[in-house]
Amino acid sequence: MKSFLKMGVHILDPKRDSSITKQRLLLTTMLVLVLTMVVLGRLYFLQVVKHDRYRTLSVENRIGLLPVPPVRGRIFDRNGEILAENYPVYELEVIPDQTQDLKRTVRELNDLISLSDAELNRFERLLKTRPSFEPRLLKHSLSYREASLIAVNQYRFPGVALRASLRRFYPYAGLTAHAVGYVARISGEDLRQIDRSAYRGTRYIGQLGIEAQYEDQLLGVAGYETVELNAHSRIVRSLDQHAPMSGWNVHLTLDVALQKVAREALGNHRGAVVALRPETGDVLAFVSTPDYDPNLFASGFGLHSYDDLRTSPDKPLLNRALYGRYAPGSTIKPILAMAAMDHGLNPKKNFFCGGSFKLSGRDRPYRCWNRDGHGDLNLLQAIEESCDSFFYQLALELGIENMSSWLGNFGFGQTTGIDLNDEPSGLVPNRDWKRRTHGEAWFPGETVIAGIGQGYLLATPLQLAVATAAIANHGKRVQPRLLAQFENLETGEIVPGPEVRITANTAVDSFLLDTAIQGMIAVVHGPRGTARASGRGAAYRMAGKTGTSQLVSIGQDEEYDADSVPERLRDHALYITFAPVDRPRIALAVVVENAGSGSRVAAPIARKILDYYFIERLRRAAVTPRINDFG
Amino acid sequence: MILGNRLHIDGALFFGIVMLLGVGLFVVFSASGKDWDLLQRHGIRILVSLVALLLAAQVPPDALQRWSPYVFFVGMGALVLVLVLGYADRGAQRWLDFGVIRFQPSEIMKLAVPMAVVWILTRRPLPPRLPDLILALALTLLPACLVIIQPDLGTAVLLIISGLLAVFLAGVRWRHLLMLIAVVAATAPYLWYRLHDYQQARIVTMFNPWADPMGSGYHIIQSQIAVGSAGIVGKGWLRGTQSQLEFIPERSTDFIFAVFAEEFGLIGAAVLLVLYLFVVGRSLVLAYRTQDSYSRLLVGSLALTFFFYVFVNVAMVTGVLPVVGIPLPLISYGGTSMVTLMAAFGIIMGACTHRRLMS
Repeated sequence: MKSFLKMGVHILDPKRDSSITKQRLLLTTMLVLVLTMVVLGRLYFLQVVKHDRYRTLSVENRIGLLPVPPVRGRIFDRNGEILAENYPVYELEVIPDQTQDLKRTVRELNDLISLSDAELNRFERLLKTRPSFEPRLLKHSLSYREASLIAVNQYRFPGVALRASLRRFYPYAGLTAHAVGYVARISGEDLRQIDRSAYRGTRYIGQLGIEAQYEDQLLGVAGYETVELNAHSRIVRSLDQHAPMSGWNVHLTLDVALQKVAREALGNHRGAVVALRPETGDVLAFVSTPDYDPNLFASGFGLHSYDDLRTSPDKPLLNRALYGRYAPGSTIKPILAMAAMDHGLNPKKNFFCGGSFKLSGRDRPYRCWNRDGHGDLNLLQAIEESCDSFFYQLALELGIENMSSWLGNFGFGQTTGIDLNDEPSGLVPNRDWKRRTHGEAWFPGETVIAGIGQGYLLATPLQLAVATAAIANHGKRVQPRLLAQFENLETGEIVPGPEVRITANTAVDSFLLDTAIQGMIAVVHGPRGTARASGRGAAYRMAGKTGTSQLVSIGQDEEYDADSVPERLRDHALYITFAPVDRPRIALAVVVENAGSGSRVAAPIARKILDYYFIERLRRAAVTPRINDFG
Repeated sequence: MILGNRLHIDGALFFGIVMLLGVGLFVVFSASGKDWDLLQRHGIRILVSLVALLLAAQVPPDALQRWSPYVFFVGMGALVLVLVLGYADRGAQRWLDFGVIRFQPSEIMKLAVPMAVVWILTRRPLPPRLPDLILALALTLLPACLVIIQPDLGTAVLLIISGLLAVFLAGVRWRHLLMLIAVVAATAPYLWYRLHDYQQARIVTMFNPWADPMGSGYHIIQSQIAVGSAGIVGKGWLRGTQSQLEFIPERSTDFIFAVFAEEFGLIGAAVLLVLYLFVVGRSLVLAYRTQDSYSRLLVGSLALTFFFYVFVNVAMVTGVLPVVGIPLPLISYGGTSMVTLMAAFGIIMGACTHRRLMS
């Protein structure tokens, strides 16, 4: 307070004031100049020293590379039937930033095309995740009508966009599912294994079957578009375009019509049918039942249906033709017959079957399927009637090592080399294997049951078909192949699939082979053949062999009674065949799970397929000629 | 010049201002993405501002001196009012809506604070004594605090700068200055604590914008890219990719210098700075020529505040200072700030061209 009062008496001195202020003005003027130099220095630093860096950053800012996904190659059967194709679907996307009123926009869209609660919930969830200038999926797979409705009302909905994309479609659905496989959305697991740049813009990847096997060729090459983007990542203009290259079309050796006949012949049974062209290895039919709709993997499953598929006791996802492993049963008898003759067995020599067989010094009887016994029969008759006692004796004389080696010659215990992933090798046991895996010596009884294809022996339907084709081919075993050729849709270039490949050329004496085949012909056409019912009235001659794959061992004195055994534990019915015998055009393996006997169930299925192949198909072809029918 | 004298207009200064306004028209047009409507509105503001300049120039400095305390109190009243019933815009409460016009009371304070501080200090001979200094600082900090609450850090900083400049020009003793610096240093942690999160982020960001390039660092990185990518000659008018593709935020307002520097390069930026220096320099010359302490101090502090206006904006756009929301004077689009600025230049011109009786 004191100083306030005192100040009142001070006399203003303009001259002194003026000089003080002017001095300070000079000082501040210098400050102004210094600060200006600081700013200019900074500008020099940014615009000259760091110019290159910032120029690069500015270019990166505005130039975007938009991937343009390639069109996935289509898949055809041998007659040009489409097995996998692409069809356009529309997705509805919303860019929240560009809508005038997001809530109202969604409400009005809902009035127009009616959105499900699930779709609305997903949209709500997506809203919270990314910056609001990025598009969000509101609805996928719009129907044509819905897409049209949106399109004509587009002007009402700024920030709402229809996005067209291609969706994989399998017109034959389950029929070709196990051979062709399917595509599914690229998963996190896939992302770790693929070259991501090749999949820019692509959302699906082949997961199984042909789709996975020829993924690289089917995929095509992604293109890209160089665009100028603004700060909101909106495309201002296109600067440069680099078109994608469509994937190769894949033509398969499959005959989808035959596949369909085989599928229908199997009916409601679980099982598999594999049909091969013996001289080329072309896979004509590759059926596994039950099957599933591969389209679901592309379009999305309902709430439970994938789990239902996965947990179903029928195992519809299991490709039985490729992965199903069954004891081959009596189907290997022709091969064992050749092995025995090679080791000196006289095919004319008779053997007495009394309905069972005993190892010397043991009490346990090994039963023949015919309890009454076949009486006297020679090798040919033993094949025709599938006499078990005969082959118990034969196996015992031959020994497991010789049997295994002969079975190996016909492809058992080895992968066939088909162009599908993760093929199992099946199992052909020998002494070494037994010791390695079980730590036990080989028992003679195991040799005995191996003689009728039971015990440790395991084979896939595909292996059975390959072995059958090898017999039909007089010892030449071919590698089965699904791929016929690649076709480049843009250039028209055709790249043929793998050459016919003989994986083993067993120098089998043609007398042995002819004898075995004679036996197989007798199975179908002989008076006592086990499949004679299926050979009756046929317009062509077949060679076949029935088989039964046991799931439960029957005790010595027990009677196998199909009715008393639970369905899932009943025997599998097997049948192999090729026809026509003088110039084989098709080799077939049929496995029907839990169906009992090969002759009653499996052989009639094969007959239906062969009848189609040799009669019905040719009759149809005469009406509507097709390429490749006779090729 | 004769007409100029009669209208109390300084020809040279007016020329410099009009040049800057002219540059502003071109830059605003480019920054707005060739928006003719916006350009038109900018033109109208310029015209209104020119009228404000003319009117302010007619006020004799002794009248200003007499009105100073009242202008200050009216301004303070408006600031309080805006906090009570102001119009909120984007989280900040800065506006008073009078139906016909909305205005920001903080703009009045840009003139009222230096006027009041100078008024206090020139009541007694210079250099100011401690009580007057404290009073002057109070007159500066009180409105600045009210503005910070709105919150409008940029304007508050300018208010403080204008008050401090007036104090400095008044010949504040160096020991008093050191005391002030000591007090500021002591209270800095508290002030930091009181800043909004986004304001803290801006200061942190300035030191390392690349720590958060898509968040708090985005503004400064994009504007530096714009400036740096221009090089010496720039990308050409309407051809700045950073500006035209909307990478620069607040293109027409706070970050308009980035647009200018991108399109006209180092040469253009240097020319623009020289133009600003010319306007500041001419104003300082006018301050020299005034005949009384009040006018000299007021003109000097207004001229220097104008310079700091420019400096803080350019320094912020080029990443020398943290981002505080202030526009580039005479060039940025919009706001009442253009009117206030031009009124300030009117006061500068009027103070030097009115004949005054020595008291």
